[in-house]
Amino acid sequence: MLEVGLSHYLFVSAILFSLGIYGIVTRKNAVLVLMGVELVLNAANINFVAFSRFGNFGIGGQVYALFVIILAAAEAAIALAIVLNIYKTFANVNVDEISKLKE
Amino acid sequence: MSEVSLLSLSLIILFLPLIGFAVVIHFGKRFSKLYLFEVAIMGIALLLSIIIGYFKLTDFPIKDLVYSFNWIDFGNVPLIGEFKIELGIQIDNISTIMLFVVTLISFLVHIFSIAYMHGDKRFSRYFAYLGIFTFSMLGIVLTHNLLMMYIFWELVGLSSYLLIGFWYEKKSASDAGKKAFLVNRVGDIGMFIGILILFTHYKTFTFDTIYTQMAAGNIPFDSFSWLTAAGILIFMGAVGKSAQFPLHVWLPDAMEGPTPVSALIHAATMVAAGVYLISRIFVMLTADAMLFIAVVGAITSFVAATIALTQNDIKKVLAYSTVSQLGYMVMSLGVGAYVFAFFHLVTHAFFKAGLFLGSGSVIHAMHHEQDIREMGGLRKKLPITYSAFLIYTLAISGVPLFSGFLSKDGILAGTLVFGNLTGHWLIPILSFTVALLTAFYMFRLVIITFHGEPRNKEKYDHAHESPLAMTVPLIVLAVLSVFIWYTPNPINPDAGWFSAKWLQTPASVVPQETRFDFMQNDFSGAKYYSNEMIHSETYMHELHTLHYPAMILSILLGGLGILIAYLMYQWKKINPDKLAERFKPLYNFSLNKWYIDELYHYTFISGTIALSKILSWFDSNIIDGAVNGTAYITRVFANVSNLFDKYIVDGLVNFTAFISGFIGMSFRRFQSGKVQAYLVLVVFSVLILLLVFNPF
Repeated sequence: MLEVGLSHYLFVSAILFSLGIYGIVTRKNAVLVLMGVELVLNAANINFVAFSRFGNFGIGGQVYALFVIILAAAEAAIALAIVLNIYKTFANVNVDEISKLKE
Repeated sequence: MSEVSLLSLSLIILFLPLIGFAVVIHFGKRFSKLYLFEVAIMGIALLLSIIIGYFKLTDFPIKDLVYSFNWIDFGNVPLIGEFKIELGIQIDNISTIMLFVVTLISFLVHIFSIAYMHGDKRFSRYFAYLGIFTFSMLGIVLTHNLLMMYIFWELVGLSSYLLIGFWYEKKSASDAGKKAFLVNRVGDIGMFIGILILFTHYKTFTFDTIYTQMAAGNIPFDSFSWLTAAGILIFMGAVGKSAQFPLHVWLPDAMEGPTPVSALIHAATMVAAGVYLISRIFVMLTADAMLFIAVVGAITSFVAATIALTQNDIKKVLAYSTVSQLGYMVMSLGVGAYVFAFFHLVTHAFFKAGLFLGSGSVIHAMHHEQDIREMGGLRKKLPITYSAFLIYTLAISGVPLFSGFLSKDGILAGTLVFGNLTGHWLIPILSFTVALLTAFYMFRLVIITFHGEPRNKEKYDHAHESPLAMTVPLIVLAVLSVFIWYTPNPINPDAGWFSAKWLQTPASVVPQETRFDFMQNDFSGAKYYSNEMIHSETYMHELHTLHYPAMILSILLGGLGILIAYLMYQWKKINPDKLAERFKPLYNFSLNKWYIDELYHYTFISGTIALSKILSWFDSNIIDGAVNGTAYITRVFANVSNLFDKYIVDGLVNFTAFISGFIGMSFRRFQSGKVQAYLVLVVFSVLILLLVFNPF
């Protein structure tokens, strides 16, 4: 029977992180980019929890994971609000086309 | 009267006309009657000069009164030694007499001018100019050194320029002024060099100091040639001022000035300054210099007399007559007849001033007509002018009982003796010929102007005798042209006081071997000698023997000249036109003044113009070429430097900029503003870093 160890968690976390990054980089839609960010954050959370469980660090890692979840929620709320506002202004949420602020 | 008071009086005389000039030139416009002030000043000066003359000639008959002061004292100058410049005045017999002559004629001319210049728009300025002229002339007369002589000499040149060109609106007048000034400069250069030769050697300008040293055997640079050169060079100043050949050309042109000015400048004062200068340097003249002077004088008198024969302008005849008579005086000094030269200077001053003023009176009466062919018969209209004019003419022609006879006779005898003793016979021959010519042309002038029938009826009818202010000076001068003022014996000037008592020949100071044989006086320290002592016994013997032949010859020649004039113009036995036709080349030669003006035009004037053209060409081609060449080379260098700047320096700078730009361009690509692209980069960078710094 395969013992689930630290490396499995890290492996899942790395896949998740890579998918998140892939999502952030390849998607044009701002909402999908935000979803990528969520994946990256959750990859980090898995790392926190995994290291907390296998690394004799107490429960600090899990507490930080909770913080990150809260932060992610707040971030998602604000980011979506911004996206809504962008949509209202430009009728578009494609990140590479919204470059008015630069000019 | 004491010496000091005589000297102070003469200083007052000197500066009075200057004060007159300063006052009239500044306030003459505001106060129209101010010219009377100038006239009054000349009256005072005349009075003072009579006083000085009387006391000098009675109290100090053979003493020179000198007042001098150190103008600049340089102290002991290295390489030169003791060196100072003295200024001062000197009253001896000739300056006393000149003082009187100058002030008298100046005063008479002032009075004459009141009437003659009446209504001229620069009336008061005219009197101011007369003032400055008289001042300069008195300065020449009174000075005791060569420096002051030269300064006043130039002042006379200036004031004569102002007076000759007084009617400067007339081109001919302003040209004549310029001509007089420039021609005089030519002579003055020589005079200046002569003065500097003496100054370089003696370190002083004072006549007496120079002569004392010269008498002691100290001659310039120990060379007789330098001594002769100094004498001839200083004489050149006199050639210019006294209008001697070949610098006489200015004087006839100077007749463009107002006629009283001609009387003042060209009869009595300015032109006499040259003769006066020669009298001053007479003692330092060597035999060679004297011969040179005599020849120049003889040529001048002859040339001018021949020109005067054919002139038709009343003032031109008088002008050439003046040149001729000045030649006489110069020649007389050259042949050693010092006393008679000065005597003639005085008598000539009176009758020639009278002739000019008389011609002024005629011109005034004829409403500024000067051509004698338009006149004739004026005797009845201008009785006073005519009588005075006739007396002057008799005097200048050398008729006995008149002043000119006395002085001229002395000169003629002097030249005759000179010719006999030295063998230079040309000089007496020329001088006697001139005596004949003078009598002829002067009577020609009188007969054509005053006798016969009027040629221009209209002008004749309007003619009238001049006012009192013009006739009185004429009468005064006519009276002074009679013998009685100079000697009681009308045929022997030596019997009188003028040539025997007042005037004495100064002792020559040049070394014995450079004198003429007949000037071998035994110098014993005194300054003045009577003629008997100054000349050798042979000379005096010759003079006594030749005196009466010379006199008879001169009377005969003068009479002959007068007779020919009467035959030709009064009785019309000889037709002058036919004579002129027969000797046409000679007549034209004389009428055109020996073509001397033309000669100067084609030599000196054209030469100067050609030279300036050459210089101008040189300037515009050689000098300008060199300048332009330099500029061209500079420009080529500048172009090279410019190319270097443009391609090398600028290239480097631009290359730096290009590099920066290139780098900037390449990095710009990364700064796309696309967060996703950045993120890719970050991820790859982190991956690369992980690979490089492998922590595992």
